[in-house]
Amino acid sequence: MNFYTDNPSLSLHLHHPDMVRVAETAEKGFTEQGTAIPANSEEAIQQYEMILDLLGNISAEVIAPNAADVDLEGPHLVDGRVQYAAGTRKNLDTLVQSGLYGMTLERRFGGLNMPRVVAVMAAEIIARADVGFATIWGLQDCADTIQQFASEELKQKYLPRIQDGATCSMDLTEPDAGSDLQSVRLRATFDEANNCWRLNGVKRFITNGDADIHLVLARSEEGTTDGRGLSYFVFDRADGGMTVRRIENKMGIKGSPTAELVFSNAPAQLVGERRLGLIKYVMSLMNGARLGVGAQSIGLCEAACREADIYAATREQFGHPIGDFIQVQDILRAMHARTLAARTLMYETARYVDLSAASKPASRVADMLTPLVKLMASEYANRCAYDCIQIHGGSGFMKEYACERLYRDARILTIYEGTSQLQVVAALKGIVSGGYLKIVADYDAKASTLTLTPELAKCLAALRKGVERYNAMYDNAATEGTSAPRFEHHARRLTEQVALIIMGYLLLFDSVRDNAYTDACCWITEQL
Amino acid sequence: MPELKIVVLAKQVPDTHNVGGDAMNPDGTVNRAALPTVFNPEDLKALEMALQVKDRMPGSHITVVTMGPQRASQIIKDSCARGADDGFVLSDARFAGSDTLATSYALSQAIRQLGKVDLVFCGRQAIDGDTAQVGPQVAEKLEIPQVTYAEELCNVDGNSIVLNRRLADGVEQVRCTLPALVTVTASAPDCRYPHAHRLLRLAKEEVKFLNADDVNPDLERLGLKGSPTKVKKIDNIVLSHKESCQVDATPEALSQLMATLSKEHIIS
Repeated sequence: MNFYTDNPSLSLHLHHPDMVRVAETAEKGFTEQGTAIPANSEEAIQQYEMILDLLGNISAEVIAPNAADVDLEGPHLVDGRVQYAAGTRKNLDTLVQSGLYGMTLERRFGGLNMPRVVAVMAAEIIARADVGFATIWGLQDCADTIQQFASEELKQKYLPRIQDGATCSMDLTEPDAGSDLQSVRLRATFDEANNCWRLNGVKRFITNGDADIHLVLARSEEGTTDGRGLSYFVFDRADGGMTVRRIENKMGIKGSPTAELVFSNAPAQLVGERRLGLIKYVMSLMNGARLGVGAQSIGLCEAACREADIYAATREQFGHPIGDFIQVQDILRAMHARTLAARTLMYETARYVDLSAASKPASRVADMLTPLVKLMASEYANRCAYDCIQIHGGSGFMKEYACERLYRDARILTIYEGTSQLQVVAALKGIVSGGYLKIVADYDAKASTLTLTPELAKCLAALRKGVERYNAMYDNAATEGTSAPRFEHHARRLTEQVALIIMGYLLLFDSVRDNAYTDACCWITEQL
Repeated sequence: MPELKIVVLAKQVPDTHNVGGDAMNPDGTVNRAALPTVFNPEDLKALEMALQVKDRMPGSHITVVTMGPQRASQIIKDSCARGADDGFVLSDARFAGSDTLATSYALSQAIRQLGKVDLVFCGRQAIDGDTAQVGPQVAEKLEIPQVTYAEELCNVDGNSIVLNRRLADGVEQVRCTLPALVTVTASAPDCRYPHAHRLLRLAKEEVKFLNADDVNPDLERLGLKGSPTKVKKIDNIVLSHKESCQVDATPEALSQLMATLSKEHIIS
């Protein structure tokens, strides 16, 4: 079993034509030399495939079989420390022993120098096996923040530990600062005698809260009350000063320990510059995390589709497998279409994130697409989990079937790392500026040059009508100006409409490369 | 800490879990082109046991030896990605058609070329032949003691190895002096996964091939010439779900089932 090789749609995205440029950017024009370093894009993509093949194997053979037990056992709090469930420990050990931790880090820190596309695909594959575990795996993105913004001294101190299995957490939320992170109160004061910062206060709902390496958002500027008084710190658990007060009893992703942390004079170092904690570093990390939740969501969609397919093919009623019945087929068709649509949007976004390193315009597109990925993928994951139970009927309501766990695990996806409502707020800028329409216009120009089957030509016509409808919706929403409450009332519908249009174009391009995606393209354009 | 020289014998075999309808040619021979290949599962477990010896005695050196066509080089790369130090493929048309006698002769000659070897690990048997003969025959030809059906490595030092053997009626612990050959059974621990960094490094490396001349053999003992076993015919038997039957959980029904299986020579 292998969760990479058994899913041809992953290979489609890994071999997307733009991956040549992604590999060139990741390898900085192939200037580095060495036995394990690719000499050209072809070799680089072969390497990506080898890594995903290994990860797909471990996900199918180790992580997925552990998922049910991990969900049941969950983590334990022992003497103020979190102990993972036995299966979680085994997952972590296997991935570390296989050298897969730190896959996006530079080689000089023991990393594999994989681009974001590969990291996102790895997260999706792991999430298909166990979404709860994917949260722990995904938090190694914290190391990217250190790599991007911290001093060389901090990089040398922390980054080589990642490949040895040092786990990470991103400590942002507090009892009174959830979506509104500007209200963070945990204090950071400079200790001149010891030349370090001291952290005091409480963090709440911290995923993987007893990690080895913590990135902590704290108020370093006394007397300030907004985001400009916040800085970002790295805290090493081994230095002491932090205890876990409790771990939450959650509805889903139960293997992932969600903790309340008390910092008492905990020593920490500043990451980057003071006052840029929220407005620069957390925003950067958050964009990565939102793509990460997209990956978790699509992994869950994939798992739900497969559970539903198997049940529909094997469960017989009225003398037929229930998959023979048209209403069941309609549900399955929608599940697959949503999964493929969210996936194509996610990898398009990930490619733009990778290309951002060398291109400002690419960075702008990545910033615009990221909230759409988080919004659509997480909402679709919930819908797919719901539909998976519907296919299973009464059995799906019982704990014996995996779909019950998927349903619980899916629920957090539209909430953490920014609720769906906050994604709409983030998307507003691209709606008002016309940025999304510019992306769509570029896609349409490209579509005009393609030779399309009659079915796909119909899809393109539907997409163009969808754009007309979007413009009409926009005009109606903006009659009192784009700052008026009326506009925000319409914001969700506008965001979803533009997301559907973008996913539709991307599926059209996928369908030109492989006709197997045409049905998903048709389904999405039917929703416009 | 002493360092051991270890050889692992491994075989690339058809994946018998994925046998399709075209697995056999009309003339009764195996259609190898239609069968995906895998690392023989018990050989992977043998590699893991060798790696566990190396974990305990870190300077030890593991060489993986396989006999087969060009594509068997994948076995060597896979082994090295999992932690073996090196390996080679014995590949030569003169080895073709070898039965267990000729195979064990070729392998033992290859091992002799490596000089002093402390431990040889191999799987109990391969899933394509199920003979369980090659390991013991190699030990005989090398004139070293053998421990078969090993399930767990208990201890090892420069002079001896202690192993648990999985037998039909329980577990037996044995100590064996070195050099020795160990055959590893299916209940032994699974092999660790390849290491990502090693995988990438090995991708560009060439695998070493040896031919018959390299192992200094008596040519009469190789391949078909050295193989007294003649396979008359192989049948492809696909068991279908339709042949299943429900058995009541009563002593009488179970006795009846045993009698039927015995009568049809399914069990002896």
